[in-house]
Parts: sequence; C-alpha cells; structure tokens
Amino acid sequence: MTAEALTTILIAMLGGAIRVSTPFIFVALGETLTEKSGRINLGLEGNLVLGAMVAYAISFQTGSPWLGVLAAGFSGVFLGLMHGVICSLKKVNDIAVGIAMMSFGIGVAFFFGKPYIQPSAPRLESLPLGGWSSNTALEQALEINPLFIVGILIAFVMWWALANTRVGLVVRMTGDSEPAARAMGINPIKVRILATAAGGFLAGIGGAFLSLSYPGSWNEGLSSGQGLMAVALVIFARWNPLRCIIAALLFGAAGALGPALQSVGISQGYYFFNAAPYILTLFIMVAASGRNSARAAPGELSIAK
Amino acid sequence: MTALAFPEDLSAHPVTGGRSSAFSLETVSMTKVFGSLVALDDVSIKVGAGEFHALLGENGAGKSTLVKCIMGFYQPTRGQLLVDNREVSINAPADAQAAGIGMVYQHFTLVPCLTAAENMVISRADAPAVINWAREKEELQAFMERMPFRVPLNTVAADLSAGEKQKLEILKQLYLNQRFLILDEPTSVLTPGEADEILGLLHDMARAGEITVLMITHKFREVNAFADRVTVLRRGKLAGSGSVKDLSTDDMSKMMIGEAQMREKASRLAKVEPKSTLEIAGLSVDDNEGMRAVETVNLKIKGGEIVGIAGVSGNGQSELVEALAGQRSLADGAVIVNGQRFEASRKDFADLKVFGLPEEPLKNAAVKRMSVSENIAFRSFDKPPMASIGWWLKPAAMRDNAVRLIEQYHVKTPSAETPIENLSGGNVQRTILARELSGDVNVLIVANPCFGLDFASVAEIRAQLIDQRNKGAAILLVSEDLDEILELSDRVAVMSGGQITYQAPIDETDRNTIGKYMAGH
Repeated sequence: MTAEALTTILIAMLGGAIRVSTPFIFVALGETLTEKSGRINLGLEGNLVLGAMVAYAISFQTGSPWLGVLAAGFSGVFLGLMHGVICSLKKVNDIAVGIAMMSFGIGVAFFFGKPYIQPSAPRLESLPLGGWSSNTALEQALEINPLFIVGILIAFVMWWALANTRVGLVVRMTGDSEPAARAMGINPIKVRILATAAGGFLAGIGGAFLSLSYPGSWNEGLSSGQGLMAVALVIFARWNPLRCIIAALLFGAAGALGPALQSVGISQGYYFFNAAPYILTLFIMVAASGRNSARAAPGELSIAK
Repeated sequence: MTALAFPEDLSAHPVTGGRSSAFSLETVSMTKVFGSLVALDDVSIKVGAGEFHALLGENGAGKSTLVKCIMGFYQPTRGQLLVDNREVSINAPADAQAAGIGMVYQHFTLVPCLTAAENMVISRADAPAVINWAREKEELQAFMERMPFRVPLNTVAADLSAGEKQKLEILKQLYLNQRFLILDEPTSVLTPGEADEILGLLHDMARAGEITVLMITHKFREVNAFADRVTVLRRGKLAGSGSVKDLSTDDMSKMMIGEAQMREKASRLAKVEPKSTLEIAGLSVDDNEGMRAVETVNLKIKGGEIVGIAGVSGNGQSELVEALAGQRSLADGAVIVNGQRFEASRKDFADLKVFGLPEEPLKNAAVKRMSVSENIAFRSFDKPPMASIGWWLKPAAMRDNAVRLIEQYHVKTPSAETPIENLSGGNVQRTILARELSGDVNVLIVANPCFGLDFASVAEIRAQLIDQRNKGAAILLVSEDLDEILELSDRVAVMSGGQITYQAPIDETDRNTIGKYMAGH
C-alpha cells in the first residue's frame, strides 16, 4: 500500500468518524444521563428510528429541518416518559421494558413513516470547515454538520453540570444510592422519569441526524443498530460524557473502515470491514468488563446489583 | 480530650432551619398502628435539652417506629410531639430537618460516588442550582476547623473508612445545624476505639449544651459509659426509664426482656473428645470486583474448639465465609478438613460433615419461596430415607423429618408447608440450625449467627454452638459483635485488611487489645 493510499484511507476514516459518530454521541449522552440516574433504557434504538422519521416528516411538511430536529427530540421525550413511567411500576424490569420500547418505537416509526419514504425533505446544511485545505478529500471530510458541534457542546455541558449543579448532584445521588436520596427527601422515581425523558430527547435528536444529514433520507433500513451499540459505548466511556465523544469517534471511524478501504480499491472483505463496529462492540464489552468499569458504574443500575 | 471550642456562629452559615443551641423533645402518648399490629403503644418519652439519652430495646420493640414517627417518615396514629415544649406537627422528613432534628441512620446514607464535600452540600435543602465550589469548599473548610473531628473533604465517600463515614454522617447533621441528633445504632460498624471516640465527643458536645442526643442501641456498655438517661421499650410499650446512674445493667436488661424464659448458659467442658480439625492453608479470595479480599489466611482449628474471628465488617470476613461455604471460588490456597482437601462439593460436605450457618440466613442458606419442610431437607433430600436410588424423592418422609425438627428446635411456623420467607428472623435461623446441627457435625462455619435476633433466640443459638463444641466439632465463628466473640470463643483471631493480624487464646487477651488490632494497628 502506498503512502498516498494510506492518507486517503485515514482522511476517509476521519470524515467517516465525524459523520457517523454524531448519532452515537447523542444516543450515548442520552443513555449516560439515564444510567446516571440509576436506570437503563435499552429502547433508545426506538427513539433513534422514531426521531429519524419524525424529523424527516416535519422537515418535509414545514420546510424547516431545525423544526424537524426539535420535533424528533420531543418524540424521544414521549418514548422516554413512557419508559420512565412504566419502569416506575412495582416489579417492572427496566431491561425488558427497554426492549419492548425499542420494538414499539420502531413500529410506530414504520407505521407513520410509509408516506415519507419517497419524497425529499430539506436537509440540514453542513458547515464547510475545510476550505483552507487544497486537498479535496480533506475538504470533504471537514464538511461538518452543526449537530456534531452541538453534540460536543452538550457533552461538555453535561460533564460540567454533573459536578457543579444541584440537578447534577441529585441525578448522581439517585443513581448511586436510592436510600440516600430518599433520606434527603428526593423522590427517586421522579428523578429517573425526568432523566429518562431527557435522555430520550437526546436520542431523538441523534435520529434526526440520520434522516436529515447522513445518510440523509428516511427509509426503514436507516439505523443499523446504533442505538443498541451506544449502550455498550456508555460502559466503555465509564459513564463520563467526555469519554462518550471519544468512544463515539472511535465507533464512527470503525464504521468508516469498509467504505474507506473500498475508496482506494480494496474491496476484498468489504462486508467484513463493514462489520468492524460490531466486532469492536464485542471486544469493548470484553475489555470493559474489568475492575475499573465495575467501580464507575452507578450503584443503583440493575446490572450493577 | 482537649477543651471543646464549639462555635457560636455555627448558625451563621447559609442553612435554613435549625437553632443555635440544644433543645428538648418530648413525645406524648405516641401510638402507631399498622393494620392489626400495634407497633407503638402510648409511648411518652422526654429528652431534656443537652441530654445524652439512650433508647434501649430488643428488635421489634418499637424503637425504630418511634424515631420514624419523630422524623416524619411515619404519621403517628395518635399522640403529639413537643419540641422545646411547643407542639409541632411533622409530616415529612423535611419538616423534621426544618425543626432542627437530624438523624444518623444505621446504614450510611452517604452517596458512595460523591465526595465528602459534595455529600454535605447536596444534603442542604437550599443547595444552590449552580454550585460555586471554590466558595463552598472554603466555607466547608472553615466549618471543619471548628469541629471536634474532621474528614478529608475531597475523598469519595466509598473510599472513606467506616469510622470516617460515621463521622461524616454526624458532621453532615451539624453542618445542617441540626441540634437534636437521633443516632440509630451508630457504633455497629465501628471498632471499639472509634465508637468510644465518637460517642465521647458527642457526649462532650451535649454536656456543653450544643446538642441533644437520642441514641438507639442495644449495647449496655455504651449506655453506661456515655448516656445520662435511658428509656426502655418492650413490645411497643414503655417498659421503664430513668437516670443511668440509678439503674444497673441488670435492671435495664430486665426491662428489655421482661419475664421471658432464658435458656441457661451452656457450660464449656474442659475436656472434649475432638472429632475433626479444620485447617485453612494460605487461603486467598477475591471480591466481586476482582480485588483481593482475603490475603493468605492461615488458621488451624482443633476439634472441640471455637475460634472467633473479630473484625470491622468489610475486612474480608464475608468473602472468607463464602469461600469456605463454597459460594465463592478460591484464588489460592486450600481448605483441609481432617487431613483431606475440602472442595466444597456436595459429596465433601456430606463425607467430611462440614456444616454452616451463614449470615443473613434467609438470603444465604434458604430458598425464600420454598417451604420450611423443603428447606430443612436441603442436606438430605437425595439420601435415604428421603429418596430411593438417589433421585426418587419421598415428600412424606421429608415432611415427617421436618415436623420432628420443627418440634425439637422450637421453630414457630403455621405449618411445615409454609414458605420460609413468612417466618420471623429468629425462626428462619432456628430452621437453618435444625437443618445444619441435627446430624453429626465435625466442622461448623458460623457467621453473625445472632444478628438482629431477640434475646431468647440469641441465648438458644449460643447454647447450641457451645453444645456442638462440647461434642467435639471444630467451629469457626465470624462475628462483628465483639461481645459474642468474647463469650463464645476459645481462641480469638482478628481480621483486618483481609489478613489475620492477631491470634490469642481467650484468657490471654482482652477487649482493648482486640480493638486495637481491629482498627488496624
């Protein structure tokens, strides 16, 4: 392999990492927030797909993609609230409810999404941040969607808020020790419902990116399990919003490996390289099962008990 | 202790509620009824300002119900609460906090992942929406300077020792300006040294008129050493109260247990025919997170000997017992019974006659939803006469055996078919005793056997253990209750940081020496 081909691959992976990571960032941040409060929402794949459909539909109907993004967020709040409320009933397991919510979200999206498969909706415009470069490939890679930047900002805000605000401490307290929260007169159920709803909002926005930016249209095969992989990613990120960015970029880059190799003419094993993110998920789950991760897990999570 | 400089300006820090000095509290005819159960029956107690008041009683005597009514967790069915001689109504824990009443719970209510500073700030009712940590830390530092004891502010609660956690819980209440402190068995997780230090400091603060203390306890030693007055509850009723210096330990224990019949203390035989030995050789065990919890423990127990392992909970005792009971795999080393390697298989348990009474028997030694009869049969259901050819079970034989043992061990159960989870703690423990001790026992592994049980059950269980010792069994007793260790053991070992740090025959050691090793010195 020549140096030129290697550069091409690396640039393609950089571009891929930035493009593909955005939904990962949003879903992972949403899941981090929910898990910090002591609940697991495995249903974020449903939020992602429903968010994608709603964003596309609203963008098509109103002509404003940003209104679509907002609507996608609220569809996520709807699913999150449902998950939060159902899990607050006695003897209900959040994992089982999450899987049911995933099927429910996807089903609703497919049901209402049929009429929007053909038409073309206005998309979110990317910001050309690579104008300074003479390398067209790099220029293309640096066409960054504003949602990517918003996601990174949210990660920093969440990281700061968890340590420096009352709300942040209350969420961490509820997630780590329910008796402590109760002793301080905090209602853990309320905190968890709100945290799941807020997490759902973020996951819904992640879905908007899928239909309004990349790949950039609505169809039923739009998501390839990003919502589920994001849950693994949260464990890898040890419930730290900033690490979520790094983890999401890593997954994005792995996802871009197949197309990048193809772009320099290596098409052998294309499907194998396309499976890179899934293989990475497996390895990360094994690698993350060590000691540090167990300590970082919020104490009230059903998997940590 | 040096003279106590308690600040006048404690109330100056930004906390709502609270008062500037100790105040009195009184309950009048407090009654709480749950369905058909009268948990608290017409209890009136009076705690004067600046008093260190002990609340004594057995489990289920109504101590917790009383303080939960004071704290607003429960609404009393009848009765009033007077604070500073004025009637107040407390409908929620927040009202108690506003009235200046703070509680330190038996189990820590610190959030493990938050630092000491974060734990304190978030406990305030008026915690700011955005926290200015530089300013808060400065204020906390200044607050700590004025306190008789302190804890590191930037350490995560999970990394604090039990003593530091307990101090932090108390500091938290003082930081909230709560001048009436309710302590629920505050010393159960502390070394004797730590317990004396903390209670001593609180006693001095009460003496100085800064705080009033109401302490729930069942340890007479602490009552005699630190309390001014005592109130005793029995079966939800007031059994007596008075000044500690006017009451003997005997008086108090009579008030606590009433006219209950006690089993005589079993006497320790001087000469015992040993049946078997238990040898723990270089045993290492990991905890759930893969960290070493037990580090190369060597211990030899002869037949007819009880070796008591003392230690503050969380120093590897649970992991050691789980490893011996086959509930946890060994990282290194071996367990040898009578010269044979013991692998904790069903066959080894039966052949070497190893039995056990783990802590929290309902969780560790029973299947909650199975019947008492089935739970009793766990050791023997696959052997004659309860089974033919190893797998054809005979429920009738099981039931007969259970009925016989229920009778013999005085298990109070509606029937042998009742799920074991419906029994009281003492009766669950008796059921497990019946299963483990009714046959021929060579080795017995016991952990906190009397935790949370009433006096009659405790006496019964301790007598059974001495009985097994006299019959020649080798007994390992792990207990967080130092008095239990001192009463039962022939030899004492102390476990600290996963290692056995001290061993001595019972007549060559004392409480202070053991306490020092428990604290890790």
